[in-house]
Amino acid sequence: MHNKTIAELAQGLRSKEFSSEELTRHYLERIERLDSNYNSFITITPEQAIAQAQAADQRLASGNQPILCGVPIAHKDIFCTDGIRTSCGSKMLDNFTPPYNATIVENYAAAGAVTLGKLNMDEFAMGSSNETSYYGPVKNPWDTNCVPGGSSGGSAAAVAAHLAPAATASDTGGSIRQPASLCGLTGLKPTYGRVSRWGMIAFASSLDQAGPLTRTAEDSAIMLGTMASFDSKDSTCLDQTVPDYTATLGDSLQGLRIGVPKEYFSEGLNPETASRVQDAIKEFERQGATVKEISLPHTHLAVPAYYVIAPAECSANLSRFDGVRYGYRCENPADLADLYKRSRSEAFGEEVQRRILVGAYALSAGYYDAYYRKAQQVRRLIKQDFVDAFNDIDVVMGPTATSPAFEFGAKSNDPVAMYLEDIYTIATNLAGLPGLSIPCGLVDNKPVGLQLIGNYFSEAKLLNAAHQYQLVTDYHQQSAPAID
Amino acid sequence: MDRSDIAKLAELARLQISNEHADEVAQSITDVLALVDQLQAANTEGVSPMAHPLDAVQRLRADVVTEPNQREAFQAQAPATDKGHYLVPKVID
Amino acid sequence: MEWETVIGLEVHVQLATKTKIFSGSSTAFGAEPNTQACAIDLAMPGTLPVVNAEAYRLAVMFGLGIDAEIAKRSFFERKNYFYPDVPKGYQTTQLDSPIVGPGHVDITLDDGSTKSIRIHHAHLEEDAGKSVHEGFYDMSGIDLNRAGTPLIEIVSEPDISNSEEAVAFAKKLHGIVTSLGISDGDMSQGSMRFDVNISVRKPGDELGTRTETKNLNSFKFMEDCIALEVERQIDLIENGGKIKQETRLYNGDTGVARSMRSKEEANDYRYFPCPDLLPVEIDDEYIEAVRSTMPELPSARKARFISELGLSDYDAETLSSDAVQASFFEQAAATASDAKLAANWVMGEVSAHLNSDEISISEAPITGELLGGLIVRIKDNTISNKIAKDVFEAMWAGEGDADSVIEAKGLKQVSDTGALEAIVDEVLAASEAMVEEYINTEESKRKKKLGGFMGPIMKASKGQANPRAVNEILLKKLNERL
Repeated sequence: MHNKTIAELAQGLRSKEFSSEELTRHYLERIERLDSNYNSFITITPEQAIAQAQAADQRLASGNQPILCGVPIAHKDIFCTDGIRTSCGSKMLDNFTPPYNATIVENYAAAGAVTLGKLNMDEFAMGSSNETSYYGPVKNPWDTNCVPGGSSGGSAAAVAAHLAPAATASDTGGSIRQPASLCGLTGLKPTYGRVSRWGMIAFASSLDQAGPLTRTAEDSAIMLGTMASFDSKDSTCLDQTVPDYTATLGDSLQGLRIGVPKEYFSEGLNPETASRVQDAIKEFERQGATVKEISLPHTHLAVPAYYVIAPAECSANLSRFDGVRYGYRCENPADLADLYKRSRSEAFGEEVQRRILVGAYALSAGYYDAYYRKAQQVRRLIKQDFVDAFNDIDVVMGPTATSPAFEFGAKSNDPVAMYLEDIYTIATNLAGLPGLSIPCGLVDNKPVGLQLIGNYFSEAKLLNAAHQYQLVTDYHQQSAPAID
Repeated sequence: MDRSDIAKLAELARLQISNEHADEVAQSITDVLALVDQLQAANTEGVSPMAHPLDAVQRLRADVVTEPNQREAFQAQAPATDKGHYLVPKVID
Repeated sequence: MEWETVIGLEVHVQLATKTKIFSGSSTAFGAEPNTQACAIDLAMPGTLPVVNAEAYRLAVMFGLGIDAEIAKRSFFERKNYFYPDVPKGYQTTQLDSPIVGPGHVDITLDDGSTKSIRIHHAHLEEDAGKSVHEGFYDMSGIDLNRAGTPLIEIVSEPDISNSEEAVAFAKKLHGIVTSLGISDGDMSQGSMRFDVNISVRKPGDELGTRTETKNLNSFKFMEDCIALEVERQIDLIENGGKIKQETRLYNGDTGVARSMRSKEEANDYRYFPCPDLLPVEIDDEYIEAVRSTMPELPSARKARFISELGLSDYDAETLSSDAVQASFFEQAAATASDAKLAANWVMGEVSAHLNSDEISISEAPITGELLGGLIVRIKDNTISNKIAKDVFEAMWAGEGDADSVIEAKGLKQVSDTGALEAIVDEVLAASEAMVEEYINTEESKRKKKLGGFMGPIMKASKGQANPRAVNEILLKKLNERL
């Protein structure tokens, strides 16, 4: 059962090949038995999962139900779950149980999906290797000496190890796509405003966007269809109808115009990775797409702009964690200042504190114009690069990450090296564009990803292209070794 | 970035950075700022800053009470409460 | 040489919305602590703000009320600082693009002259919660019911020269916001709070260093605090000291002010555009729609009181400034069909009773309509002016409307000719000497002698005789004896 895609599981549930309860118990058993190898879950919720599965079985028996009814999934621990601890990978929220659900959690529950538990992540989604989690690093199922990528490392590892058929994730600078690349998965960051941010614990509000991690583009289309909704509780969520993303998966790619930015193949890119990506682009050409080289001239400024904007926003977003209303509070605070400082320093990890300090610096008197304002100007230039490019192409294609998964500790002591890990993914967050990573081969027996970047609200086009590619390739069907 | 810069930032951000860590933190932030300083080379003359990825405008909410009292549920998460209040060490203005 | 005082005001006005600026929690005053603080107000993780349309509308209306420019596009910024009553660790406010741009408020001074005080801008922001210092041993209790209540902060230019002008300006603003229904203006509940920036200088000199005294919540406190601070600054400078730029606190109850923090300790607020909120855009149509629903401003009301009700400039100014008082007066005038009498009563007895009871007109135990009912009974001669004051007293004490008080106390004037004739006859019979004197007085001086009979007659009637009717009967009876 655990080798089936969501589309296949939905079929199996309807043909009574297995019940949701059987399916759910099967996954819970796998998690119980295997997750000690990966550490992908922070919290497992077996009782709730079985109750949800039983309810889903009843719904399924009564006829026509949403496609995800009875399908088990797991949520990144950044999404608030009513009555279930939501830690955001931090000691700060180790004891936090929200009395409300994130909108996307509600959406999946309403569709009848079953929640297996909450997935590990870099603390407050700050990291590209899942080494900053309070709950310990997540291991890459393809090579447990290597990182799964981050920040949605738990989501990626769980799906790659077939501990869940799909997982929710979030992407602020590449946190869905880079783990998808490193774990051989399909990972979609939708257009900013496509998916509600209500109940998703904020890292950098103008960049954060939730999306799915799945094994196939078809599953991604199914997952996004339920995840995306208009939500009046999120001022930045756009009131746009959610199309049936599965309906256009079969469209021909004849005439698809692909742009390949030369800046995405510069030094720093692993040559083997480059070669897999180029091969993949050729496959699209064989299917009738046209390919041309383009330039996104401000690409090199994306990481610098991001590391002003994201820390600035996070420094304010994380001020609410003060030991007063919820979360960690230090023992015996001497006074108010002591309460704040010790609660925050004792409960935030090193990377989180570093970003808070950088953000405070970029916004502080005398530096605002040189850093924050400048970064916001560069952000517009980066967006304009894409706007110009999409005048005569449909999809940008290039690598997702510079290399396949690296070993633990390889970059964790060098924040700048770690930040450059997201060099190809960050610009889409700054511009608010949708980006998709799909597996396109192995390098050193580890997966590498092809990134597709589309124009605003062109998720259907990206998923269509990815699905057509997956019809003629089998990289997405390759599984990590030894997951049985 | 030196220790005193870090101390100022830590004060603003209400973080406690121990003396033994201050140099290390200063160094790593200096490294990050070196990366970020590439921005200074960009020509941004006449470019308006962009705070949001999309050119959308704010929706306004109707002035209708929608939130019931959930004090008990919220305060169940709080480290210290008394008589419906959140407790903090004495606030001195 | 004399010192010159330079004052600027920052006025926080709570808007009269049902819900908070960024959440659907009630803003009703006086609820149990933290029962009107939802997940958004508590800054629970993952929660997001959405702007209240009514807060925006009221802010625009205020702008129109002071002839200000309205920003077609405005946005919110985060002002970062840690304080337990600021749950997000930042206040969402407006810095670079306030909704209300430059405007002005004209004040009338005691000598009747007017002065225009320029408004620099007014912006929308959220109120903080409250810290409670008593009742928690060595801790403070935090109540976040008020957190997120919509405010406009009105920032004046430093155009104010003394405490009288400051109070006149504050009262004028109070009149504008209450007339427009933007705020209940209840200062005892913190609906309107004043921060006063004060500096002194010799005429012609550069502006002196200023201090800011925060959160004054009555006109009286503001007046006293300004006097105290001006004196402190002048004393300090004259004794060779220097004014330190600082934030001060004034305790109205003890009349003592102290320094809260100096500029050096001031926060670096690290303002930046709030990424959770998008720019708000409005167009001319929106602005005109707000304008068309605007209640009458004090200035328009004053003009109407003069032109339609025939009030004097002074009476119209006094009665139009406060919206509740104006409506009280208008009710009284309409019920009594007599604006002048109603004006006299509101500015006389009503005002005096409010002062002695130390309450505001909204807390008055009688309505304008009830006062009007009393005036009707004066006009139709049911009671005399003198008796009316007693009736008013009883009405104020909650003994009912004018008619029931008159009835219960038997205060009705006697105008019945037969009954009055009997009383007059009785008094004349008992006052033969005075009657003789009247007859013997030459005609032109007789009128003066009438007064001597009035006292005994009124006494005999227990004060209820209608004086005019008595006068007529008395004259008739005496003339019969000539």
